[in-house]
Amino acid sequence: MSSERRVVITGLGATTPLGGSFEQTWEGILAGRSGMRTMDFDWVEEFDMPAKFAALIHTSPEEVLSKVECRRMDPSTQYAMVASKDAWADAGSPEVDPLRFGVAIGTGMGGLHTLLGQWDTLREKGVRRVFPLAVPMLMPNSPSGTVSLNFGARAGAHTTVSACASGAESMGTAYEMIRQGRADIVIAGGTEAAIHPICFAGFCQMQALSTRNDDPQGASRPYDKGRDGFVMGEGAGVMVLESEEHARARGARIYAEFAGIGMSSDAHHITAPEPEGAGASRAMLEAVERAGLTPADIVHVNAHATSTPVGDIAEANAIRRAFRDAADGMAVSGTKSMTGHLLGAAGALEGVFTAKSIADRVAPATINIEDFDEAITLDVVRGSHRELPAGDIAALNNSFGFGGHNVALVIKSI
Amino acid sequence: MASEQEILEGLADIVNEETGIDQGDVQADKSFTDDLDIDSLSMMTIVVNAEEKFGVRIPDDEVKNLKTVGDAVAFIQKSQA
Repeated sequence: MSSERRVVITGLGATTPLGGSFEQTWEGILAGRSGMRTMDFDWVEEFDMPAKFAALIHTSPEEVLSKVECRRMDPSTQYAMVASKDAWADAGSPEVDPLRFGVAIGTGMGGLHTLLGQWDTLREKGVRRVFPLAVPMLMPNSPSGTVSLNFGARAGAHTTVSACASGAESMGTAYEMIRQGRADIVIAGGTEAAIHPICFAGFCQMQALSTRNDDPQGASRPYDKGRDGFVMGEGAGVMVLESEEHARARGARIYAEFAGIGMSSDAHHITAPEPEGAGASRAMLEAVERAGLTPADIVHVNAHATSTPVGDIAEANAIRRAFRDAADGMAVSGTKSMTGHLLGAAGALEGVFTAKSIADRVAPATINIEDFDEAITLDVVRGSHRELPAGDIAALNNSFGFGGHNVALVIKSI
Repeated sequence: MASEQEILEGLADIVNEETGIDQGDVQADKSFTDDLDIDSLSMMTIVVNAEEKFGVRIPDDEVKNLKTVGDAVAFIQKSQA
């Protein structure tokens, strides 16, 4: 493996419930802000939704994209474009060989608003009023295709779909593209715009969402005894990955090394995590091993930690099972306490956070922990963020998706 | 009944909404494809919006004959008569 190319992170971008850029989002993370708010959509009252709040996008994409661009893109593609522009500018907007330039952007749900909005149009107004771009807007590869088109990336544009692991898996796809020599630079990430009544109602019926309606900002509380479900979020997270050689040759600022990825599938239940965490721990160990590291090198975990009663425990058990005593040396952060759960964008956004955590040596706080769940035997960063040690350090980022998908990324200081 | 000028201006608004092209560039002698770079998918949307705005029907078979903005204005005016 040492003969394969090293992959580094040179650009970070986002649009999230905390801000319209990565910089603004990170400011919110360090301040320990919650991105949740009560929804004022008519459908919340119309259908008397059990949960009445979400982590809605902070800044309209129309601040960045033209009106015409927005008309021709589903919100999921709009978010991917905004985050990609942010990351690309952060990487210095380099001139690159289009044939060595790729895209990998995943999504959990695809163009849900377009699909269902155009279905309404068809029924209410007939076939001639259906937008001719309905199909290219609703397809789940629209974000990656649109980004490749706008940035002129011709080495391949990929879309991974694995529910809430989609974004992390796409970063893994980008990493493999570079390692295998298919590309020198890749825009990689995840996007989601699924706060639509049908998706919301489905999660409600699954009893997956927090119904802490009187306190939206306190609703996402991973590892707290009072946690009662996740909070739906939307947005996108994107990073620019490059071969180290390519990045050095152009004098790029390097945040960290994208050092390894591990993947597994539970084959246990379509939604419930395998309670012993066997699959998840295999993914974590594989990522650490592929990075050429040992568990003792990992000082920080950006956990999946969605704030569901069962999920948080299952992941904590998996971390303990994978790393045993070495888990004591890992500062664990649950950033969904602030951003909500961005589904197919979650793993990508948290990958971006993990890169910044390594570069700036800071583990974000997990907010809203008032009554820590003693069943969690991990060192969870509570209250405010914590400094990470000097020297060579590495961090793990976990993502798990319905379907039993487990993805772990390892990011290492350079 | 709209005048030729009113139809041209209304059409220019629709083209602008769909493509972002300045209303001032949407002139009678301009070709939708060659001058304004409007693709067939955008043309479909423009046609449907024009039908709604001017209360006319532009059959799909007819759309390929509307090469210039002026062709479209003339067709709409004739249909309204």
